[in-house]
Amino acid sequence: MSCDNIRTHFHAYLDGELDVLRSLEFEEHLKGCSSCSGAHQEYRSLRTAMATPSLYFRAPRGLERKLRSAVRKAAHDETSRPAWRWTWIWNRPAWLAPFAAAALVMVVSLHLLNQHWTEDRRAQEMVSAHVRSLMVYHLTDVASSDQHTVKPWFNGKLNFSPTVIDPSTEGFPLIGGRLDYVADSPVAAIVYQRRKHYINLFVSPANQTATTKVDLHSLHGYNLFHWLQGGMEYWAVSDVNKNDLQQFVELVREAPAGIAR
Amino acid sequence: MEEQDKLARFEQDIMPHMNAAYNLARWLSSNDSDAQDVVQESYLRAFKFFGGFRGGDSRAWLLRIVRNAFYDWLKHNRREETGQPFEEELEHAVDTSARPDALLLEKADHELLHKTIGELPLEFREILVLRELEGFSYKEISAIACVPLGTVMSRLARAREQLRTQLIRRLQKEGV
Repeated sequence: MSCDNIRTHFHAYLDGELDVLRSLEFEEHLKGCSSCSGAHQEYRSLRTAMATPSLYFRAPRGLERKLRSAVRKAAHDETSRPAWRWTWIWNRPAWLAPFAAAALVMVVSLHLLNQHWTEDRRAQEMVSAHVRSLMVYHLTDVASSDQHTVKPWFNGKLNFSPTVIDPSTEGFPLIGGRLDYVADSPVAAIVYQRRKHYINLFVSPANQTATTKVDLHSLHGYNLFHWLQGGMEYWAVSDVNKNDLQQFVELVREAPAGIAR
Repeated sequence: MEEQDKLARFEQDIMPHMNAAYNLARWLSSNDSDAQDVVQESYLRAFKFFGGFRGGDSRAWLLRIVRNAFYDWLKHNRREETGQPFEEELEHAVDTSARPDALLLEKADHELLHKTIGELPLEFREILVLRELEGFSYKEISAIACVPLGTVMSRLARAREQLRTQLIRRLQKEGV
């Protein structure tokens, strides 16, 4: 082996990727060539230096918990899409009528159950949207603590005008706004902050104008408040504690009508 | 249930490689919070594609996802701090083997090593982490980084050469 030839094999030899025959040739050459053996020695020192465990970054505490809950949520999302089809009932012969009647009773009761599910599923989607906003480096489209900047930003992007308030004096600074999609419908997401926690306030048109009381949900460690007001549906989602979030919700609910609509 | 089974298998196979995922993401992104974001995104992707994982080395499989997630993140964030340009060193990098610097190199402490590796170009950092810190074979690296075997060899050689040159330069400047 010539010196040039040896150079190309340094690293493969060092990494144990050279076959036996070439390894022997390599070692043979090193014995008789001080220049090559010097270089070889250097790379070995370098490797030894890099073998120190302190170069290895270990995952910080809390990351595992975060990963587990994110993955479990993803797993839950995958399973929570019911795929029932009821159309087959109509294609059966008449003697199946009693069964169909029984099935109908079931359908009705399932429907009632389903209303309950819909709300749960929607809560689920809101949590997903909240988590997504914090995860994919996309918390806001318009970053501003000025409600008169955030509110007009939605003009032309949505066919409704969301409530934007500025409760910074109460300890909930406005961070900005974002256009989001939940269950294939556009929603306005207004982002506020409470200490280190973010609050996503999702606003979308409701199909009724009644004002409802506030429902509290808890999902995967997030708190959600849900209510209807002035023809709009509101979801406030955050990992901040219940009391703080409730205080925030009250501020939003008390916002003057002029700003709310 | 099938989904429960998938989750259980995922947690058993993939969760243990969290440190490897974080280590790679941390070296590539150069800071903790971005690294955590990249790892979390990687785990979600990994879970999504886990059904298609046909056994084999799950750590290599995961790190390939981490690597892709990182480059997507980089594209999204357009932060081009990919280390120093390395062309300048290549000219005389080849014939420095005569210098007996082995003793000098042994004096490189952890801090200096850390800093020097951290300032290498991304592709060099990546290959050094996969080889020196994770101990993957050339073939595995080739699969993880989606490059031919020959590129793995030449890139590793250049990465080490540059690391060596930079370290020596710094050590000499410090007068060690």
